[in-house]
Amino acid sequence: MLRWILGGRGPQGAVEKSAALCIGEEQPKNCFTELQVLKGHFDIVRFLVQIDDFRFASAGDDGMVLVWNVQTGERLVELRGHTQQITAMISYTFIKGGKAHTALLTASSDRTLSLWDPDTGNRVQTVSDLQSSVKCLLVLNSVDLWLSGGNELCVWNRDFQLQCKSVHHRDTGISAMVELPKNCIAAAMDKEIVIFKLSLSDPEMSVFATRHLADHQDTIRTLISINDSLFASGSHNGELILWDALDWTIQAYELILWEEAPGDGQSEIRMGQQKQTEMSIQHLTSDGELVVAAVGSGLYVYNAVMKMVVAYRKIAHDSDVLHTMLLDNGLVMSCSEDGSVRIWELQDLPLAAEPASSGFFGMFGTFGRSGKQAAGAPVKKLLDVPGLRSLELIGDLIGHSGAVQMFLSFGERALVTCSADHLLIVWKDGERESQLRSLALFEKLEEMQGL
Amino acid sequence: MIGSPDVVALTKDDDFGDSYQDPCLLPEEFSVPLFPHATNANPWTKTSYAKFSKDFILISEFSEQVGPQPLLTIPDDPKVCGTFDLNYFSLRIMSVDYQASFVGHPPGSSYPKLNFVEDSKVVLGDSKEGAFAYVHHLTLYDLEARGFVRPFCMAYISADERKIMQQFQQLSSGFSKASECLKSGNRKAFANELEKKLKDLEYTRSVLHKETEMQKINTGCYSTQVIEKANELANVEKSIYEHRDLLRQITSYPNKKGRDAHINDHDHVQIEPEKPIDSNMLDNTTLTSNHSSNGRDKSSTDTDTSPQKPSSYTPQLIKAKSAKCFDKRLKTLEELCDSAFFHQTLDQLNVIEKMFRGDLCFIYTSQIDRGLSIKQKITSFLFEEERDWEEEGGGSRNLYEANHTTRIAPPLISQISTLSGEPMSLDSYVTCVEIGHNKLEIESLEGPPESSTSDITQETSEDAVDTETKGSFSSDRSIEALGNVSPANPDGFGRRSTNEACTVTSSEEQEVTSYSGAPERDADMSTADVFEADNLVQIDTACCMGQDGFIYEEPLPEPLQPCCDDTVVKQEPLSLLHRDPPLQVDYVFGESSQTVVGTSVGLMLPELNINALSDDMVRMNVEDASDTTSYMSMSTSSDRAASPFTYGIPITVKQKKKAGHSALRFIRQYPFAQQAIYCLLSGRTLVVLGSEEGTVRKLVNALLIFVPNIGKYGETVQPWLSSSFQLTDLQRWKLIGLQRVASPAGSSMLHSLSRYSRYIGILDCDNKTLRCPPYKGTLINQMADHRTQIKRGSTYYLHVQSMLTQLTAKAFLYTFCHHVHLPITADDRGSVTSRRTNFLLQLGYTEEESKIIQFLSELVKHHFLQGPLKGLGQALFSYSYSTSYLYKI
Repeated sequence: MLRWILGGRGPQGAVEKSAALCIGEEQPKNCFTELQVLKGHFDIVRFLVQIDDFRFASAGDDGMVLVWNVQTGERLVELRGHTQQITAMISYTFIKGGKAHTALLTASSDRTLSLWDPDTGNRVQTVSDLQSSVKCLLVLNSVDLWLSGGNELCVWNRDFQLQCKSVHHRDTGISAMVELPKNCIAAAMDKEIVIFKLSLSDPEMSVFATRHLADHQDTIRTLISINDSLFASGSHNGELILWDALDWTIQAYELILWEEAPGDGQSEIRMGQQKQTEMSIQHLTSDGELVVAAVGSGLYVYNAVMKMVVAYRKIAHDSDVLHTMLLDNGLVMSCSEDGSVRIWELQDLPLAAEPASSGFFGMFGTFGRSGKQAAGAPVKKLLDVPGLRSLELIGDLIGHSGAVQMFLSFGERALVTCSADHLLIVWKDGERESQLRSLALFEKLEEMQGL
Repeated sequence: MIGSPDVVALTKDDDFGDSYQDPCLLPEEFSVPLFPHATNANPWTKTSYAKFSKDFILISEFSEQVGPQPLLTIPDDPKVCGTFDLNYFSLRIMSVDYQASFVGHPPGSSYPKLNFVEDSKVVLGDSKEGAFAYVHHLTLYDLEARGFVRPFCMAYISADERKIMQQFQQLSSGFSKASECLKSGNRKAFANELEKKLKDLEYTRSVLHKETEMQKINTGCYSTQVIEKANELANVEKSIYEHRDLLRQITSYPNKKGRDAHINDHDHVQIEPEKPIDSNMLDNTTLTSNHSSNGRDKSSTDTDTSPQKPSSYTPQLIKAKSAKCFDKRLKTLEELCDSAFFHQTLDQLNVIEKMFRGDLCFIYTSQIDRGLSIKQKITSFLFEEERDWEEEGGGSRNLYEANHTTRIAPPLISQISTLSGEPMSLDSYVTCVEIGHNKLEIESLEGPPESSTSDITQETSEDAVDTETKGSFSSDRSIEALGNVSPANPDGFGRRSTNEACTVTSSEEQEVTSYSGAPERDADMSTADVFEADNLVQIDTACCMGQDGFIYEEPLPEPLQPCCDDTVVKQEPLSLLHRDPPLQVDYVFGESSQTVVGTSVGLMLPELNINALSDDMVRMNVEDASDTTSYMSMSTSSDRAASPFTYGIPITVKQKKKAGHSALRFIRQYPFAQQAIYCLLSGRTLVVLGSEEGTVRKLVNALLIFVPNIGKYGETVQPWLSSSFQLTDLQRWKLIGLQRVASPAGSSMLHSLSRYSRYIGILDCDNKTLRCPPYKGTLINQMADHRTQIKRGSTYYLHVQSMLTQLTAKAFLYTFCHHVHLPITADDRGSVTSRRTNFLLQLGYTEEESKIIQFLSELVKHHFLQGPLKGLGQALFSYSYSTSYLYKI
């Protein structure tokens, strides 16, 4: 198409620029047919946090936190106060005066921590002059405490009083934290995972490292909790390790090397030495059973219960995948630096007799016939892996002109994406919205007693 | 109230309807009267037996010196009145026993008392003359006049009696507004006059007092001279009290009446010190009537203010001798009312004249049309001309223009008169207008590109034919057709040019007299800036950036700069910066009067029925004129191809009709026109891509009529864009003209084109291709059949309009059908969806056509729920995933 616009008379379609995949414009399964662009930020928007059923907050490098109404797209409050980029944001729900109240906790490069009231826009609490900037935040709802992770781990109560902190370790601070049972916290620090134990019984609250898990060969990029008994970590060189949440032993170890994809040793797949970033695990997400890993520009779905690979796609995007999500209806969503959001469906592979869809190994597909998956891709002999399914692209959302940093789903109501182009986009189901508008219209008609 | 012996309803001696006996005895309401004057080519004109060619407004005065006399007519064209005897008619209308306000010494009060009387409204007929009139009597205060009052009347004179009778309410409210304006100005001028008189009297008193003292000392207490002086002094004292009381009465007027808020502005004005504008005015009188001896009681005109020292008033000695009644020169209406107010009133009257121009049935039709379209607000925004602005306060173009004039012209005119030392007259005003008008004509004629030119010529020839057969309408029509070329009616049209011309004149004058710079920079920005800024005020920021890629943050006064280069204004507007102090004050004054207009306009509009046609014409003229001005300001590019859009100017039916011609050409030329139209109607942004601006603009112009909800100012259309667009732009614009750039800068644009290809249709006018989703159906085929037999653009426009109206009606039906949208159970989405689909299928629409209806329906819902123009940024942007195809010729 590009060439066509440039003035060429050649057939359109075959000139699609080296897209990993092109689904084309016909996307019957893609329900997002309405969008709303929210403007307000002046720099990259990196974080989205849901506050309640209709509100969410966005924050980014401009140090501002904006609270939006997802239904109307209205900007509700602007939380200004941080002078530098925001490095972490989390919602903090506590009981105040008998009812749950949700506030926002933010950490910024200006070495401050703030608690905001999203209803009024007030900065309720703030701590400044921290020794290091905080990179991650964790709320322990069970004990009504929250933690900040920078160069050291600090434990705070609701009133922003520092309860205790860990001993200073080294320059590489804590990049991610998850809560484990029995008041333990797993924190990722460079190549190792440190298990901290929080003792609340003593008169003085204290936190101390009980265990160092140094099984990763490279920097740990992401750390998530899968369920009560498992947590997972992913590293820069493609190691995915599942840990037992109680005794911190390795439950599964997967080294995702695309050229040696599990269950398939065919030499034809070898593409030569790959760059490290192509297998770096940027993001992990889990619904308690399935774990989705964003590996380079590909996606990898792993069943944590069965300890087996469910599906994967080496090239899911043109560029690194930054965020993934498992939707309720069994869909996987991913966003990438290429500015697109893609929606995937886990599909059972067709019978061996049929030519497999090219979707499985994207790199073999010949892409680009607009609106159609390439049909003539070589058949892969991957069907010997039992239960292996494929990730089929069912839709993509195009709108951002910069890397899509993350997204937030409001279920069937909306999907919010934030991006390096300073914009937020709310994607909605047009049919549903249309019906809602009709209802609103008849309500107003009733109020007005007719036209 | 009606005191005329010849009231219309009673006099019907030659009703032509009765002269014909209908053999079939149709009921009277169906009978068509035969036209008795077979010699006249136009059977519709009612004025054929009257001595004037069309309706006009007459202002007359019952002068205490010469009796009833006509003062001026609107339009100010001797041809209008023809052989009609204005003097005689003035006599007739002024002879109505008008209960003027009684001023004098009412019993029980020692001081004269001013009565603030209501105006009276009378309908008069003179069947012999064939003239019928709505007569509006009012009195104005004049210190020199008998009883301080001078009776005036404004009359709307028409040959059509029914027009007067049936439009009585509208006429009445219109004239009341004008009268109110006149009276406000009069109160202000009267108060000023009183203040001056008081100063004179106080000065006289002090002089007399001194003299009395002197004489007492010199000649003793009881000399006749001393007694004489003492009496004189006592008289002066009494006179001072009387005048003070009068001043108190006049300044307390608004409180007393509790009128609209805007009058309070006048109140302020009155209390303010002497305005130079008055001094200029009075100066004129001084030049002509500065007699040494003026009446002690009834004259105080002898003021000695000179233009050089406008702010200080030197009190005069008032002589005891009273002048003969006929010696003095009575003030003109303009002097009586303060020229700013006077001109404002004239503008209002001009608007009234335009409003009631044409045949009664035409006025009726347009009133009905308006009445109906008000009821259709829910859907009319989709394809019809936005009319809300006519009703919503302050938005009217006509009056907006009037505002401009009153706001800027008076100071300038006064400037002229100050500088030239000549009394200002309406003539000079008119010539100014004409100069500017002609110049602008040239401008606008140069403007249009080839397509529009041909369009114009066609329209012209069509209308030229009409002209011959249309009688009273003809002049209007030709004006409409020729745009600014019309030589007549300088008073009515080209208001903007007034400003222009005046600017020129005054600045030239300025050079001659070469005043040294005054400090009031910002006040002086007024002339140059006011219409500029004003023009831009109503522009959406979004639109500001439109033309040739102006940037959002562009400061408003900025575009003024290019204005100097290619306009009729030869003098730099900046030269106006050097101005003498009076202007500032003038301007301040103009400001205050401006607010008055604003409010009164708002009040006036809903009640008045605007004649749509003449309205359009006015607007069009105004547009053409302002088109040029805004070109000066907005367009930095050399390309002056007339686009149908000028930002900030509403898109009119007229423009759309012209667009119809281009559209007709488009559908004949491009076999895939239907697909392009489908794109627009289904809400998919259509990008017209091309390297030549003229071609792109022409295509955008052609497709304009198919854009739903185009907006008052065509906000949803971007006729020419040379930078790449963003997603938000697609949300805002539904039709974009995009420049194809070969340079690297163009690649980002092409990138955005390919990236957002799912949201847009691309019409490439260089390669003559279209890429968009397919359309299979018959609906648009009817709308855009390339073998259409329709030859004329305006006909085609109407054809399209009727089709679109059908679509709109269906969209309305679809939107407001309860059973289609309301879920039966709580979670019933699927069934609602299927019911919707089936409903549209039953209406006979294909899947693609259903999308059109659905899109229109969404617009209707949005409009209904959120109101027009609100939250343009939050507008919904819906789309569908469907494959595009490439169409070639």
